[in-house]
Amino acid sequence: MLKKITVILITTLTLTLNVNAASDGDLVLKKNDPAEIKDCSEGFNRASFSLNQGLDKAIFKPVAKVYRSLPSPIKAGTSNFLDNISNLMTIPNNLLQGEFKKAGVNTGRFVINTTIGILGLADAAEAMGFAKYEKEDYGQTLAVAGIGPGCYLVLPILGPSTARDTVSSVANFMGGDAWYNVTVKNDTQYFRDFDYYSSKATSGVDFRAKNYNSIENLEKNSLDFYASVKSLYLQDRQQKILNTSKIIDTQNDSDWEEFN
Amino acid sequence: MIKKIFAFTLIFFTITTNLFSIEPDVFVQSTVNRASKLLSDNISKEEKVKQLKLIAKDTVDIKGIGFYTLGSARKTLNDEQKSKYSKLFEEYFLKSFSSRLAEYTNPEINVNGKEKLSEKYTIVTSVLKGTSERPEIKIDWRIYTKDLDKPLIRDLIIEGLSLARTQKEEFNSVLQSNDGDINALFKTLEEFVK
Repeated sequence: MLKKITVILITTLTLTLNVNAASDGDLVLKKNDPAEIKDCSEGFNRASFSLNQGLDKAIFKPVAKVYRSLPSPIKAGTSNFLDNISNLMTIPNNLLQGEFKKAGVNTGRFVINTTIGILGLADAAEAMGFAKYEKEDYGQTLAVAGIGPGCYLVLPILGPSTARDTVSSVANFMGGDAWYNVTVKNDTQYFRDFDYYSSKATSGVDFRAKNYNSIENLEKNSLDFYASVKSLYLQDRQQKILNTSKIIDTQNDSDWEEFN
Repeated sequence: MIKKIFAFTLIFFTITTNLFSIEPDVFVQSTVNRASKLLSDNISKEEKVKQLKLIAKDTVDIKGIGFYTLGSARKTLNDEQKSKYSKLFEEYFLKSFSSRLAEYTNPEINVNGKEKLSEKYTIVTSVLKGTSERPEIKIDWRIYTKDLDKPLIRDLIIEGLSLARTQKEEFNSVLQSNDGDINALFKTLEEFVK
């Protein structure tokens, strides 16, 4: 039985992920180009997207509305706390990507914010002049290693993803996320399962609240909201994988030639 | 005599070209200031939308963006369809653009740099100041500078996300789900601008 599952898993991965070593940033850029990523299960994705929209309207949007009305220090503190915890996932990924300096900086950030920043509620490291924090995950690490994104996916509740990013998130539950390890996986006397799941839910609410108007606006002004979200998500992933503040050439000049 | 006329013409054009050419970053900051002043004015939302549309018509390459948005499908259109599309796209763009912007009150955008990509394009970088409700947002402007006297906005890249590209992929999706039928896109646009 285990053998069968392994064979199916390997076959699925081979079919969905285009595994090739990337020679340079250009190849990574091209592989993660939103235009190159196929929507293999569009029917399922659209159904899942509708389900998520329903959940958003029933739960996330009302909660985010209340969250937005909280005093700024509470919102900033929550956001900082969640960012600080995410360092526990970012640091190992910095190391896996060979970004040793960033791993060192983020470790320093985590120590400072957990202590001086009172459990991460204040971003003391930023005040001390640390570089802007960039989150990393196992999907980004696989992308940097040259693994293509595979097909676009919309997961129920969790939202947009790709085959690569979905598969890579398994690493979080297999020891790759220290926050998960101390809350859910290991029975420590300091944390409970609830701490992990509530932090994930709060993270979703925090994101929804920060983008409250933008999402409303986008939905109102889209001809096809599903396609807009897909495009924005894949562009954002491409930016995060490349870790660059440099502007990605978003337009091919030849697209304009006829009417210049 | 001809030499004199030639010299005069040359000097005249040199002076007037420099006189009227506008740097992309100055163009963006002045456009932003115009919009920002309008949004903070104590006038009705309808009037704001009307005025915003005028600013957009004056500063955005709507026709260019429209055909860019259509992608390769534009090559299959006849002249009549192209003309119909241009008209519908302009209405769609202005409604969508003004509706998005009219929600803001007194947005503070500061231009902080520019990067010349080619003779035709310069990216102007700016920052939308954060408020208690949303964080600071980085906005880059792709400015078409082929005609230096009349620079035009061709794209807004918000935190690395291109609006023109998003729109292009959205239109492509509408076309694909209707077997490439341009009339289906026309219908969708007509419904939107109603």
